[in-house]
Amino acid sequence: MTQDLAPAPADLLTPAGDPAATAPRPRAEDGPDAKTIVGKTLGYLLLLIASVGLLLPFVWMIISSLKRNVDVFTNPIQWIPDPVVWQNYVTIWERTGMSTWLFNTIFISVVVTFLQVLTGSFAAYGFARMRFPGRNALFMAYIGTLAVPWQSFMIPQFVMLSNWGLANTRWSIILLQAFGAFGVFLMKQYFESVPESLNEAARIDGLSEYGIWWRIMMPLSVPAIAALTLLTFVNTWNDFLGPLLYLRSNNLWTVQVGLRTFIGQFASEHAMIMTGSVISVVPIAVIFFLGQKYFVEGIATTGVKG
Amino acid sequence: MFYMSLTNWNIFGTSEFIGLDNYRRLLDDPSFRTALRNTTLYALIHIPLTFVVALGLALLLNKKFRGVTFFRTVAFFPYITSIVAIAAVWNMLFSPEMGPINQFLMWLGVENPPGWVVSTDWSLPAVIIVQTWRFMGYYMLLFLAGLQTVPAELYEAARMDGASAWKRFKHVTLPCLRPTTFLVTVLLTIGAFRVFDLVLIMTNGGPGQSTLVLSQYIWQRGFEQNQFGYASAIAVVLFAICMVVTIIQFIWNKRRED
Repeated sequence: MTQDLAPAPADLLTPAGDPAATAPRPRAEDGPDAKTIVGKTLGYLLLLIASVGLLLPFVWMIISSLKRNVDVFTNPIQWIPDPVVWQNYVTIWERTGMSTWLFNTIFISVVVTFLQVLTGSFAAYGFARMRFPGRNALFMAYIGTLAVPWQSFMIPQFVMLSNWGLANTRWSIILLQAFGAFGVFLMKQYFESVPESLNEAARIDGLSEYGIWWRIMMPLSVPAIAALTLLTFVNTWNDFLGPLLYLRSNNLWTVQVGLRTFIGQFASEHAMIMTGSVISVVPIAVIFFLGQKYFVEGIATTGVKG
Repeated sequence: MFYMSLTNWNIFGTSEFIGLDNYRRLLDDPSFRTALRNTTLYALIHIPLTFVVALGLALLLNKKFRGVTFFRTVAFFPYITSIVAIAAVWNMLFSPEMGPINQFLMWLGVENPPGWVVSTDWSLPAVIIVQTWRFMGYYMLLFLAGLQTVPAELYEAARMDGASAWKRFKHVTLPCLRPTTFLVTVLLTIGAFRVFDLVLIMTNGGPGQSTLVLSQYIWQRGFEQNQFGYASAIAVVLFAICMVVTIIQFIWNKRRED
């Protein structure tokens, strides 16, 4: 600590623009000179402003969720709720179908995530390890579906699912989300980093391709599976348009659709709306902070190699 | 979808082949033109803005210092938050009378702060601000991953030659980052043209048609007015725009690489 700090005061006194003071010094001993200190402070300041901007909406959300409705919009802004109304969190359960919505959301998210990981890794194994004619073309076509906006095919898709009698059931959402090119892509990237010799050895030992997938590849791909699980779960949890379109009865609604409807009906109940928002965000926040590393890895690998 | 766009399909399941009539109708549809204009305007502002902010954040956070993980996490958090909650909170922040944003602007001395989501002139900027806020962490992450691939020796060499920070950025960082910048541009473009859910929740295209975008117009025609055939024609146009823009970007990227 003292070693780091010792040269700083002297450097602060050196005029920043004086090349004679800084130039002759060898790179290896380059301490924090005035320029870097100014730069660093500026950098920190920028970051601080940025994080305030990034976090303020969330802070506002939490503060407002604990206020009386009349205290949400005041001038000047009341930064500390007074009185603190914990009651909002009780009231919202009584007044809305929050528990049903939460149950639906959890159910759909869990099933979809499980199926995505299963189908994604299964297809990825095929694309990564099996050789068959047209494999690369098929893979490219599959990945290509990521670039097509959902909006452009949501109508035919809706007509198709309605004809099958699946509209307004949980299965419509589950079916739609159970397969995704993103998951296949993510898993394939990871599978390809596993040495092929392992597969060969297992094959010689008489393991079937399914056996190799389940006993060799899956256990070795835990980070990729974790990333896919978390990303899919969060995406399904936050999905709004799918449930809005397919789940018409309010006993099937997810938190997102339910919250949206609540806002539509009680637009002036600002505090209660914020309470609902906090409830819809908290589970995702918890999952995110627990599995942060995997989120970042998942996005970084698929993003850059794409 | 292509077939449907050539019919006058409606909710009763009756469909009749009417050729290109839907497309002819589109040309004379003022709402379609508004939606197309809004979408383009949105794309033209949102893409460069998000690009610059995300790259800036990535450059600031591409160092090891105390708190770097915290900052990265904070930047990424909006991206994974539920869009309904985001729209709700931003609508309150943008509230014209007592909203914190306008209170802040007035404190800064702005006498007539904009009406944001209730004003036809300011609703689109409001949507763009929220969308940029929401996505910059995601693109920052892509840039950060790209920055890891820039060889450190190149920076060292440039520094030895006395290159300024700006020159190092221009001649070392940017060229090495080209695959990432290309990817980000393509993703941003596709994302911009398909923008929908936030608009639907925040403003529902309003006030008036000031934030009506193409995707939402498909939704209105298809699911609110049950004109599946006509909505499909709009969907085909949206799909075509995305494809053409992406293909142009691919060709352009290829040229620059050669």
